[in-house]
Amino acid sequence: MAAEGKMASAGRIARSTEEAEPSSVAAAGAPDVRSVPLLFEESAAGRSGADVAARAIGEPDAAAILGTGLCRDDITGFPELSEPQVMRHFLRLSQLNFGQAFQFYPLGSCTMKYNPVLNDEMAALSGFAGLHPMTPAHLAQGALELMARLEAALAEITGMDAVSLHPAAGAQGELTGLLMARAYHHKRGAARHKVIIPDTAHGTNPASCTLAGFEVVVAKSNRRGFLEAAEIRRLLSDEVAALMVTNPNTLGIFEPEIAAIAGALHERGALLYLDGANMNALLGVAKPGHMGADIVQLNLHKTFATPHGGGGPGAGPVAVKKHLEPFLPAPRLGRDAGGWRLDYGWPDSIGRLRAFQGNFGMLVRAYSFILALGGNGLAEASRFAILAANYVRKRLEPHYPSATREPSMHECVLTHDLEKRAGVSTLDIAKRLLDFGIHPPTIYFPLVVHGALMIEPTETETRETLDSFVAAMEKIYDEALSNPEMVRTAPHTLALSRVDEAHAARRPVLRWQPTRA
Amino acid sequence: MRFFAHTERDVRAMLDTIGARCLDDLIAHVPASLRAGAAINLAPGKNEAEIAAELGALAAQNTGASAFSSFLGFGAYRHHIPAAVRAITARAEFATSYTPYQPEASQGTTEAIFEFQTMITQLTGLEVANASMYDGASATAEAVLMAHRVAPKRTRVALSRALWPDYRETVRTYLSALENIEVVEVPFDPQSGAIDIAALERRAGERLLCAVIGYPNAFGIVEPLGEVAALTRRAGAIAVSATAEPLALGLLKPPGELGVDIAVGEGQSFGLAAQFGGPGVGFMAARMENLRQMPGRLVGETHDRFGRRAWCLTLATREQHIRRERATSNICTNHSLCALAATVYLAMMGRRGLRELASRNVELAHRAADALAAAGIRTRFDAPFFNEFVVNVGDPAAALARAERAGLLAGVALGGYWPELGSALLVSVTEMNTQSEFERLAGALAGGR
Repeated sequence: MAAEGKMASAGRIARSTEEAEPSSVAAAGAPDVRSVPLLFEESAAGRSGADVAARAIGEPDAAAILGTGLCRDDITGFPELSEPQVMRHFLRLSQLNFGQAFQFYPLGSCTMKYNPVLNDEMAALSGFAGLHPMTPAHLAQGALELMARLEAALAEITGMDAVSLHPAAGAQGELTGLLMARAYHHKRGAARHKVIIPDTAHGTNPASCTLAGFEVVVAKSNRRGFLEAAEIRRLLSDEVAALMVTNPNTLGIFEPEIAAIAGALHERGALLYLDGANMNALLGVAKPGHMGADIVQLNLHKTFATPHGGGGPGAGPVAVKKHLEPFLPAPRLGRDAGGWRLDYGWPDSIGRLRAFQGNFGMLVRAYSFILALGGNGLAEASRFAILAANYVRKRLEPHYPSATREPSMHECVLTHDLEKRAGVSTLDIAKRLLDFGIHPPTIYFPLVVHGALMIEPTETETRETLDSFVAAMEKIYDEALSNPEMVRTAPHTLALSRVDEAHAARRPVLRWQPTRA
Repeated sequence: MRFFAHTERDVRAMLDTIGARCLDDLIAHVPASLRAGAAINLAPGKNEAEIAAELGALAAQNTGASAFSSFLGFGAYRHHIPAAVRAITARAEFATSYTPYQPEASQGTTEAIFEFQTMITQLTGLEVANASMYDGASATAEAVLMAHRVAPKRTRVALSRALWPDYRETVRTYLSALENIEVVEVPFDPQSGAIDIAALERRAGERLLCAVIGYPNAFGIVEPLGEVAALTRRAGAIAVSATAEPLALGLLKPPGELGVDIAVGEGQSFGLAAQFGGPGVGFMAARMENLRQMPGRLVGETHDRFGRRAWCLTLATREQHIRRERATSNICTNHSLCALAATVYLAMMGRRGLRELASRNVELAHRAADALAAAGIRTRFDAPFFNEFVVNVGDPAAALARAERAGLLAGVALGGYWPELGSALLVSVTEMNTQSEFERLAGALAGGR
């Protein structure tokens, strides 16, 4: 088949260029001890890691109670393993992952900072982890009090008036904020159906707008990489509900005209939605509330150090100014003589976007983080994050110039000429970084920068780590010129070589099946 | 600050490299008016012992978490969590990684997701499952949006009134911005507690977009899912099942086999603590023919340059980071670590264990119902139930107060959600409950008579 032929030829190229690499021994066809069979392939009929208490003698069984017509005969293909097998399976899988705890992980816009281990311990306290969401409020006062304290802390940090901890993630926070903007205008009798979004925005922004029923109007950032108030004024009309902007933007630069932009929006009755994805640059530096933001969503897994978990769970609180408070998701926290309770008495609320009270387990972790840093520590965090980004940018400048001349905040976006000079792409650079034990930056984003490398070092990495990253990037630059094939075929030292992602999409295999050859 | 490594020398050297005099030089370009008021007025940082004391005190105030025998359910369930689940999800390789955009450095996460997807298809009897959603309620809303993309000309969404109130409200919120979509609720039969099929039939027609039904429903009732799916599909509409107690899928006929097109639900029962309501993990399964309309991440099988099997995120052209405003959803991260917990849990339970545990829940719930019946507390509905059931207790507030004094959280009063169930209590029973608790419960609830 065509795909296999292509693969074989790629393999030949790789082998010839890899002769100097020790890993070529494994690549030459020897059984690979580092791959882990699927659970289903390690199963044998009759094994089980379960220890379910036996039925009492004489007690009717479930099938007899419900009638066999409602019950399935079997869960065909389900795994059958002992506990030690399950443990070894997942422990071996864990070894195939990079993680922030192990590697430098400068993934831009994701804020992969150290996740304090105490926070997990706090979330696991039985009084928190074991608390059922339907527990009567008078028996859950500690949880509600914690939520109230976190709301107050986030309001102080952002300079906003009211906070909801309800949304499950940043993207859900965006949807929440946009639905609130819609409800706000609706309440005022205005049908505004457009939202302005800069060309540098994260993909979730336009997607959230569509879901919230808005048409997206794209604002162009200027040659220096930021939004001008003039451009926003040009796009403003009575149809515009809001501008949705990330600050610092995805080029890592502070939007210098943000206050004037807010003024222009407010003058025309539109709102400023500030995406707090890059809040790690702003702690004690500038408060969204002071910029004129009406709505801000936060990503607790970024700025407030809750673990990213391989892609969630996160939490995406929304903070608003007073005039938008009536529209926040309900229930909200309320207080009466009996203490904290859940308050459903908000008739203009947009309602809920999920079950129960929010991702409480993540809220505990974020609050624990805020306690550890305190007001001054948070401000220091942003300053060190900004220091690290500017340091990396400066040191890499000779090889990887910045996409903008503006000063960087917590992340820098770099570019390079290796595509032209050596036929080496940004993806190749990223893959080669893996061989140095470094997780690559975000690549090809923002879309306005050709071949972008978006680097967010965070405040918790040492100078030595940053220096070794710089050294790796410099080495890759030299390799790209002297031995481009080495970079183009990377990685060479991991359990797997370059993964063929296009193949996965061509013929999707999305589950294991017992009948498959 | 113990999380920061920068010594004065480091900072000096880094500033010198940059060409700045001090840290505040680096933010001098931020308008002075903004910087002026930016100080964060919170208490100074605390040490570990102080934080543990503060949060420990708050946790201790949540007496509902530990000081009672609990019969609370209604969308979140108390099940034993094998130690293996915590041991694996605590691994920093899983916990501190992010979305597996670099498959070569993420084979642990991607293979586990592939296993999660596979087990969700096995449990639901469908062909494709995604890498997870936020929770059961938002997954239900996303299922309705997906149905809308599959059948864009249809306009009526029928929600069973016996769905959890949170799920119905979430669907309504997600749909609130869509024009021309009408949400109707289908009543339940007051005798059986199952959906009123005739009422659904009256709402089915060429406008029907989808019907969403709980399986089991919010009363614990095992709905006649096959009939509902057949009726819905006859109308050319999409049948959606929502499951909040996924353990039921270990024993009950799988939704796909009964004709359901999209099966969604909440996976919290699979190895996640209740955590006051989150994070749990939503799941979604569907038929391959609707794959391109599915939201959320998907992991697929592929190979590396040398032909070795590998896993990677795939079909991303459905997603927001590629498709932007034309994406199938705005969902970005999901609940990956929670999906991992569910994967470990299901691997531990296995083919026989999951069915045994599901059966055990049914048996114990029926023993509890029998114990209550013996004390004169009757079940409200007569359709078969899984591990929750509704009983009439007269005055639920008084009954709950009596139970609380006896050290019991007896259940959830339903009158606030369904006015006609003003005297009803939903009692949830799992393998964590014991026979002696059933007797105490019966005594407490009957105590006022």
